[in-house]
Amino acid sequence: MKPASHISRIDNGIETVAVTIFGSEYDMPAGRNLAGEMIAAGITPFRHTPVSGAPRDAYCMMGACFDCLVEVEGENRQACMMRVAEGLVVNRPSIQDPTDG
Amino acid sequence: MADADLIVIGCGPAGMAAAIQASSLGLSVILLDEQDSAGGQIYRAVEESGEAKAKVLGKDYVIGARLTEGLQDGKIQRIKGSVVWHMGDDGTVSYKKDGNSLVARGGRVLIATGALERSMPIPGWTLPGVMTAGAAQILLKQSGLVFKDAVIAGSGPLLYLVAAQMCRAGTPPKALVETQSAADFMASQRFVFGAIRGWKYLAKGLGLLLELQRAKVKRCKSATRLHIDGKDHATALSFVAGGREHQVACSTVLLHHGVVPNTQASRSLGIEHRWNHLQRSFDPVKDEWGQTSKEVYFIAGDGGGIGGAQAAECSGSLASIQVAFQLGRISRAERDSRAKQKKARLDRELAARPFIDRAYPPFRQALSPADETIICRCEEVTAGDIRRYAQIGCLGPNQTKAFGRCGMGPCQGRYCGLSVTELLAEANQTDHDAVGYYRIRAPLKPISLGELASLTETKKDSAS
Repeated sequence: MKPASHISRIDNGIETVAVTIFGSEYDMPAGRNLAGEMIAAGITPFRHTPVSGAPRDAYCMMGACFDCLVEVEGENRQACMMRVAEGLVVNRPSIQDPTDG
Repeated sequence: MADADLIVIGCGPAGMAAAIQASSLGLSVILLDEQDSAGGQIYRAVEESGEAKAKVLGKDYVIGARLTEGLQDGKIQRIKGSVVWHMGDDGTVSYKKDGNSLVARGGRVLIATGALERSMPIPGWTLPGVMTAGAAQILLKQSGLVFKDAVIAGSGPLLYLVAAQMCRAGTPPKALVETQSAADFMASQRFVFGAIRGWKYLAKGLGLLLELQRAKVKRCKSATRLHIDGKDHATALSFVAGGREHQVACSTVLLHHGVVPNTQASRSLGIEHRWNHLQRSFDPVKDEWGQTSKEVYFIAGDGGGIGGAQAAECSGSLASIQVAFQLGRISRAERDSRAKQKKARLDRELAARPFIDRAYPPFRQALSPADETIICRCEEVTAGDIRRYAQIGCLGPNQTKAFGRCGMGPCQGRYCGLSVTELLAEANQTDHDAVGYYRIRAPLKPISLGELASLTETKKDSAS
């Protein structure tokens, strides 16, 4: 798919699949890094922090900072450690009250 | 009984070189890596890189394929997508893969978990649109994506490389804002002769600078008071340079001021770490082969102290040579003759470090940020909070957790740990070794109860 205006792609022509992210449908290159494709599609923010509700996007892209957390099949996952797959449904993590538990 | 003579954790240059060396000396090897493609971060996705990417990323990236090809010897049991969450003193390594937890025991275990980019806390650094320069490189290596509207800021040779790669891709950065000063450059000059043995690095640096000059990239040096503007997303980088304020509008800010050893694994084992004054990070204590005070555990590559990819490769091979000797596969004489050349090369690879480390020190104002700057991204604890904790008697990083949850979020202190050590050392006027670091405990990465409950032993056929 065509990237958003702030980013360009140096290798085109990859087969795309349909995914649902935060309730909207997108065609994304199959097998590519999920966080990367979310950035390429201009999807922001990835989530809001449980402390102040501040918006956050992917930061380290190497599985260390956990800022790219998204919810897939009810579990919090790092988007930068996942690949795009047909039918993938990605939601924003549900924010829990930090004083809970 | 061990499942393998050697378990290697991490598939970057150190881990790959170690696995290949160990296998060639007849040792059985399990290679665990949380990514599903080999290469670590420096050679990330090198097996998937086409011609277009190779042209942008350059020769130093493409040579990584030499190592990933070496892994295909059919004997190394490589387990992709395996996330290590616990290590025991006896060489027992617990990891999760595809929702299950598994255990493997190694006669020896090599930690080759590499480096993290040093946190660069400046006002606005948690905004969407702000990433590390390394993250931008990962996007390029793995996804072929390049930012069109980016400012690069901080210090270090990696900034030149990222900027040059963006130029080659046809989207030069809007500005390169460097924080190192003329005084830093002067301080480095005394070490330039020592660096001549590492002339390759100096030549590469000059080559990159020429590329940036030709592409007419705007460079600002000795920048201070960096902050990122924007409410819900980065809109500009502001800073002071040459005695006046600057603001560069952009939608992406890429920050970098050096890399530091990722010590989560070595810390969790209780291995001693010492403060490295020059690189401003903690290095694990190990011998010339990378062996730690825990006999079973070796450390190689940047996780044992920053030296770069080529040095990592040498230290990985050296660790495996010593393991082969300790497990009785090679004689002392064979060990020494095999190690001689590797040690000489390691020396050469490290020769430019004293110069580089002085010429490109971390950005001072990010080591001691203004009070309102967030330090702990996860729990949103600010530099002012840490200073207040110190005022009311907080001596060490573990106490900051109790005072305000600093370091207790999902990243487990990876991106605030060193900042907290720096701030407490400054506030309490003590040295960094006395302040220390967070106590790191398993699980090293979050694990669900379901994954924990599924714990089984690694079977010979579980490699993929």
